[in-house]
This record gives sequence, C-alpha cells and structure tokens, in this order.
Amino acid sequence: MTRKFSTGAHGPAQGRLIRRFDDGHIADDVNAKTPAGQDAARADSRHSALRAVLSAGHWRAGLFSAVSAIGLLASSVSGAHAQSQVELLNVSYDPTREFYREYNELFNEWWTSEGHEPVTLRQSHGGSGGQARSVIDGLEAQVVTLALSADIAAIAENTDKIPADWQSRLPHNSSPYTSTIVFLVREGNPKEIADWDDLVREDVQVITPNPKTSGGARWNFLAAWAWALAEYDGDEEQVRAYMTSLFQNVPVLDTGARGSTNTFAQRGIGDVLLAWENEAFLALAEQGEDAFDIVVPSVSMLAEPPVALVDGNITSDAQREVAQAYLEHLYSPEAQALALKNFYRAWDTSAASEEDIARFPDVELVSIDDFGGWGEAQPAFFGDGGVFDQIFEEQ
Amino acid sequence: MRASLLRSPSPLPGFGLSFGIMMTVLSIVVLLPIVALLGRGLAIGPADLWSMVSSRRILSALALSFRAALIASLFNLVFGLALAWVLVRYRFWGRRLIDAAIDLPFALPTAVAGISLSALYAPNGVFGKLLAPLGIQVAYTELGIWLALIFIGLPFVVRTVQPVIEECDREVEEVSATLGARRFYTLRRVVLPMLTPALLTGFALALARSVGEYGSVIFIAGNLPYQTEIAPLLIVIRLEEYNYDAATAIGLAMLLISFAMLLIINIIQIWSRRRIGDV
Repeated sequence: MTRKFSTGAHGPAQGRLIRRFDDGHIADDVNAKTPAGQDAARADSRHSALRAVLSAGHWRAGLFSAVSAIGLLASSVSGAHAQSQVELLNVSYDPTREFYREYNELFNEWWTSEGHEPVTLRQSHGGSGGQARSVIDGLEAQVVTLALSADIAAIAENTDKIPADWQSRLPHNSSPYTSTIVFLVREGNPKEIADWDDLVREDVQVITPNPKTSGGARWNFLAAWAWALAEYDGDEEQVRAYMTSLFQNVPVLDTGARGSTNTFAQRGIGDVLLAWENEAFLALAEQGEDAFDIVVPSVSMLAEPPVALVDGNITSDAQREVAQAYLEHLYSPEAQALALKNFYRAWDTSAASEEDIARFPDVELVSIDDFGGWGEAQPAFFGDGGVFDQIFEEQ
Repeated sequence: MRASLLRSPSPLPGFGLSFGIMMTVLSIVVLLPIVALLGRGLAIGPADLWSMVSSRRILSALALSFRAALIASLFNLVFGLALAWVLVRYRFWGRRLIDAAIDLPFALPTAVAGISLSALYAPNGVFGKLLAPLGIQVAYTELGIWLALIFIGLPFVVRTVQPVIEECDREVEEVSATLGARRFYTLRRVVLPMLTPALLTGFALALARSVGEYGSVIFIAGNLPYQTEIAPLLIVIRLEEYNYDAATAIGLAMLLISFAMLLIINIIQIWSRRRIGDV
C-alpha cells in the first residue's frame, strides 16, 4: 500500500502542525452527489409503503396491520406540522456530553438576547459511529457533532441528507474545536513511559479501544502509525512490525473510549491508556490529580471532530435559521472559551481564562489530510481486510 | 371450508378478533424481522454469503460463541437443576429471597451485569484479587465469557424445571425407596426421566439466549480478535463499517447454527418422551 501525504488547509488550534511527509498529494475524497428533493422522496416512500401493506389485504391480519400503519402514517404527517416552538436535536458522541450541556445554555442566552424566542435544545450521545448510523436509519437530527469527519461523510453518502461539500461550509474544516491523543499513565509514571517506542516494550501493557468500533481508537492508531513512519523513515515493513508488537501489548480491546478509560482507571488494567486529550483531563479531574499523569508524546494526531447541519431533517425556515446559528455560534469567543474549559483545544482564545489555555502543551501534530483524508484512510486502515485486520492476521 | 376452520372452538366469542391481533403482532414483532434477514441473505446469494462467513476470524468467533454458550448452558443445566430442587424440596431461611433473586438476570440490563462482573473479577477486583495469586485470570479471558453466559442463562433452567418438580409427587420417590431402590437408582430411573423434557427446554432456552448475548459479554471478554472476540461483536463491527451484507451473513450463520441445535434438542426431547412416556 502506498501512503500519500498532503498539505492540509489549516493549522491546529493549539500546537504546531508539522508536515514532514509531503509529496504534494491533495485529497479529494468526497464524491459529489446532488441532494434529492426530500419531500417528494418521502411522500413517494409513504405511498409505496401503503401499497405494500394494502396488497397484503385479504387476510384479517393484513387488514389489521394496514389499519395500524395508516394510523401511524397519519399521526406522523400531522405531527410534523403541529410543532410551534422550534426544536433542535444535536446528535453527538460520548465525550461532548458536558460541553454541549453548557453550550446549550450559553446559546439560548445569546439567542434570546438577540430578540428571538428560546429554543428547545435536545442532545443525544453515544459511540460516534453508532450515532451516525442512527441518523442514517432515520433519527431526525438537525445538527450532528461527531468524532470523525468519516462519520458525517457516511451520513452524506448513505442518505443525501447532507450535501457532499458539507465540510467546507464552516471554518476550520467544520471543526470548532480540536483535540489530540495523549498517554495517561499511573501516578509517578512507574514504567517511565515517555514516547511511542516505550509502548512496544515487553513489560508495558497498553489500553486502547477497538478502532473498528471506536472513533477515538482510530486516532490512536494513526497517531502511533504517524510516529513510526517518521521513526523508520517511511519503511512500511518496520512500521507494520511496530504496530503488530504494539497490539501484542494490548490485553483488552474495549468497544468505546469510555470503556477503555474504565478498564484502565477503575479495573487497574494496563500501564498506559491511549486517550483523547480531553478524556485524559476529565479522568484527572474525576479521579484526582494524584492517581494519574498525562504524558504527551513527541508526535500525535490533530483530531478534528466536525459539526454539520443535516439539511434533509430541517422542516422549517425558522428551524434552519436556528440550526445555522447554533453551529456558527460555536466559533464565538465565549463558546470557544467554553470548549477550552471542557479540555478541548479551541481556535479563539480571546475570552478564555489563562489557566485553560496554559493547560495544553505544544505537540507536533499530524493531520488526517496527511493520510489522504478519512475517505482514503478509513478503508485502507480500518476497513474489512485493512491494515488493522492484517496486523491481527499476522499474530 | 374456511368458515369451518375458523369456527369458534369454544363457547366464548372472539376467535376472529384474537386471531387477527395475534397474527398482526406476531408478524410485525417476530416473523417480519426474520423474513427480512432471510430476504437480504437471499439477495446476496449463498456463494457470497459463504465467502463472507468463511474467513478464519469469523469462524473462530463463531466457534467461540457457540462453544462458550454450550459450556455455560451445560453448567446451568446441572447447577440450575440442583438450585430448583433445593428451592422446591427444602424449607430454609431466606428461601424466598433466593427464589426472587434468580429472576435478577432477567431484569438487570445485561451491560450492567457485564460491568459488575468485570469489576468483581478484574485482577484488582474483589474476587479477581483472590484468584490472581493462583494464576487464574477470569476477566478478559474465555473464562470471563463463560461466567457472563452462566449468569444470564441460569434463570431459564431454574424457571422451567421448578414447576415440574413442584408437581412431582414425593410419594413416587418414597414408593421407589420402599421397593428397595437405592437413592441414586431412584434419582436416575424415577426422578430424572420426569424432569428430562423440562430440563431440555430450559437448556435450549439458555443456549439460545447465550449464543446471541452481547451486552454482558463485551465488557468482560477482552474482545481480542481470534482469542476472545464473540460473533455478535463481529456483527456490530461490520455494521460500524456500514457493511450490512457481511453483518447479514454472520447473522444468518448464527441463525442457521442455532436453528440446527434447537432442532437436535427437540428431536432428543421427542425421543425421550416416546421412550419414557409423556409426563
């Protein structure tokens, strides 16, 4: 497999973005699709559902289901028009729960101070991939704020509810805040773990979630890969050997980032946890500063959790206006300060407190664009038969 | 013809209505999803299905799932019988409490069970700490999977066998004893044959439940490919890749194997009924 690296359009929020792998490739991973007329499509599917139900008609049973189906359809049609107050559903992933709870309050305060009616803001959290699938399967989210652009791209590809150029609609690749991957080690760092090469030592056990089921784990994997690629001068054989021995040191592959944090913090398994920086700070805040230390490796990933408006789920102009403002206001100095307070690296530090800014050390950051974007990295590394599968095949 | 078939078999009215409701609900809740799965499988075609299922990783996950379910259900068969027997035949302090506690695995969300079990059996947990010096690790090994499956499967055996033991007359055993049979002989030739159909039903239910169990297992399994990765997790992984076809393939494989196993258990049940008479 050939690796192509490109120069991305943006630097990181806090820290230097260094691109040592530059052969000038520019990613173009989103295939253009025109969004179909949603209402027409919806009405069409309703008709065909009715026809399917009615064609089963002779049976009493069929009649029963037909009657109940008609009832359901009728209620869903009237339900869509019955809304008076504007409602927004923000479908997000696990670690943003606390941040969006505070942001929703901040947004409503600002929105009403601008002379608008208050908005009902609801939020839903879960694993990023699972959340994307819920939206694909029909969860009526007006706004998605997920861990990977690949997840939002999957919604765009599978449903036509989001246009293909969604990532260019908001500043900084539609990522109002960024994060990175760090090591969480036990207090005093007894195993003296300093950088990625310590993770393949025989006496070190590494905890990371499964990249197949966890967005955060994909960043972990690519961060290790990026370090090894630089370390071994791009010799892919050696990089793979490094990754194989890294995963031989992993005793448990949890399905999500929170699960791994629990395994490491509560169950006492492993010497080092590969974690989102914000999760690591959260663990420190919750477990007490004297339980763990954060070790910042020499190279890490610039993780850009993006946000997007789900055009296909917008039912009124008023709702579109609110949803648009909801996302744009994430870039306001106050919201950025809130993100910094919630351990995210944000772009605008003008309203943030000194303490929140000082928390983030300088790291060499590699962007996903250096891997050709998620459209290329996702299938190559984490798809069926991809690099991750091959690593376990070799063991 | 049709009218005579649907004629009410009882003096109470309402067969048509209740049959209609029954068919509707059954179709929506049970038949439709299975037909949809089969339909999707047919659309993919057997050759592609096989190529998706026959990778070494999926085969080892399937083998693990069915092996662990079988072991856990066999354990529950023996232990569940003993538990039901004690609860029915003996009166002791706290009996009702234990009787009520058996339903707990039914009521408890399986993820909660998984997290509690892994907390208890992790090397720094209450039990894990005691086992660690002996070189036994439960959490994050196949042993942990067995434990989770034993936990969720236990009530099935107990609750199917319990009423049958309650209905067995004690006199039968006493007669056997007065006729000179030794205790073990009475157990083997008098008691067990009466319980066999119920035991097999309970075993089949526990087995079916264990094979598809996801929530409690993933927290204690370790989830390492080829070692502790169960088939339901692989289905979830395929879904995460938006690979609905491969997920369907694994789902169908599990459905087929489960169906075959339940069929075998049913055949044994029919055979045992024929041999010892319907009890």
